[in-house]
Amino acid sequence: MSGAALELIGLRHTFFPGTPSEQRALEGVSLTVDPGTFVVVIGINGSGKSTLLNGVAGSVTLDEGIVRIGGRDVTRWPEHRRAGMIGRVFQNPFSGTAPHLTVAENLAIASQRGRSRQLFRLGLSSGRRAQLAEQLASMNLGLEHRLVTPTGVLSGGQRQALTLLMATIVRPAVLLLDEHTAALDPRSAEQVLRLTEETVARDRLTTLMVTHSMHQAVRIGDRLLLVHRGRILEDFSGPRKRRLRMEDLLDRFDQLRNADMLDESAAEMLRRAYV
Amino acid sequence: MNLLVGALSVGLLLSLLTLGVFLTYRVLNRLDLPTDGSFGLGAAVAAMLLANGVHPVTATVIATIAGWLAGAATGVVHTAFGVDTLLGGILVSTALYSVQLYVMHGGDVSLAAADTLPGLAERMWTALGGPAQVTLFGTSVSAGNIAALVLFVVFVLGSMFLMERFLRTDLGLAVRATGDNPQMARALGVDVGFMVTLGLVMANGLIALSGALFAQYQGFANVQMGLGIVVVGLACLIVGEALVGRSGPARQVTGVLIGTIVFRLLVAAALRAGLDANALKLVTAVFVLIALVLPRALGRALRPSPRPPVAA
Repeated sequence: MSGAALELIGLRHTFFPGTPSEQRALEGVSLTVDPGTFVVVIGINGSGKSTLLNGVAGSVTLDEGIVRIGGRDVTRWPEHRRAGMIGRVFQNPFSGTAPHLTVAENLAIASQRGRSRQLFRLGLSSGRRAQLAEQLASMNLGLEHRLVTPTGVLSGGQRQALTLLMATIVRPAVLLLDEHTAALDPRSAEQVLRLTEETVARDRLTTLMVTHSMHQAVRIGDRLLLVHRGRILEDFSGPRKRRLRMEDLLDRFDQLRNADMLDESAAEMLRRAYV
Repeated sequence: MNLLVGALSVGLLLSLLTLGVFLTYRVLNRLDLPTDGSFGLGAAVAAMLLANGVHPVTATVIATIAGWLAGAATGVVHTAFGVDTLLGGILVSTALYSVQLYVMHGGDVSLAAADTLPGLAERMWTALGGPAQVTLFGTSVSAGNIAALVLFVVFVLGSMFLMERFLRTDLGLAVRATGDNPQMARALGVDVGFMVTLGLVMANGLIALSGALFAQYQGFANVQMGLGIVVVGLACLIVGEALVGRSGPARQVTGVLIGTIVFRLLVAAALRAGLDANALKLVTAVFVLIALVLPRALGRALRPSPRPPVAA
């Protein structure tokens, strides 16, 4: 077995196969991520970056390919079983928490990720409540005073910060962040991003963060993958990643766009000539 | 019989039905249609066993287990075969009607000659030296009725306490998260299909238990007993939530109990005031409809801010 934290071999997936709306989301993605690496995945809409994340998490059952987490083949595991090794934060701030349950109850559920749910143990003993309050306090959001507030009344930024804590309260083998700041106002996005960097650095978490913000892609992480049309086109790591600037990335995207347009105009020309 | 004591007794044993409806409709966030079938099934199973001389406690326990099976059947139809809960519920409910007819060998079973839980309670009351007549709410109540009332109070309070506890355990939190946000539950390792099935099993067990107690209280079981009972459960739930609120398990469970009793008292008062008993289901259904639609209509009229503003 390898020492990789995450290993993806030949992932392929097509949505609605055989129909007019057929969409090839992944066309053979292979990737090996070393433990503790913060990988940022960037791509335009429909590039397959979210399918990649959902395929790792098991919310999408892939057509082909192998997913290994911490050396274990989890390809055939259902989503809830894989969740024992995976922490997740979603794009939609409503997705990561249960709105009618309190902040403390949400955290209590998260603190049992990967364990069996006991019938004879209260989710929130006073000891556990105090511990949760302490962990919340360390995030400096004032949430430690709102333990009995239903999460439904929190702001989007607070909810994403809470979801981040819930995803990492039990150390995940892989942390998956799916454009988790995209739906927030700039200030909250900045705050959640800072919390993300702090948490990942403190716990040395192997992380896969999807974004479509070039700014984030350049600034954050140890490694950057550019995904386009279901394939990994570029893989910047080490010094190459550190030297990467916004302009380089913009140029690369322009190239891709031109290539795509060329494809389309060429196809159009052919159609005109022959149909 | 004293009207108040009667309404109170019926309210108490129907509160187990409301508790089951609460567990599916509020906690699991889906309507449980086999409710009607499970209520009738519990009544049928208990009545049949009692008529054949089985001990009341054994008969009531077996009736509850029959409800568990009905809940499990709905859960399996939903989770294993992927049929949505509404359609799956209709299928199970329809099938249960035949099961009830088979269990009862027909449409009616009388318990006039059989020993029942209220009968058992009365004997215990007398054995413990309880008086033959008790004055309650200004009227005298017979030993049998008062013993049944005490039995139901103990039984129901115990069930409410256990449910409140359960909802706060790790397992109970997982069931609540499943109903509130299945995507989040799955991402945190909760087996959503299992939790839905568990909730349905528990709920239908409570509903069958309620049916079993109801049959023993009124002295007969009838295949029509469960018809539309899910609407009664919803009405009681709505009354309770209006009176007690619904934040947190303690409040919710208290609301279930108080809502059911208040609803039964209202029904008793309405019937006494001359409401045609035939109109009862119609009135109940209209009440539930109004209770469901009114908050939305009011909300639109008053235009409150959708979410209270919270500083980041």
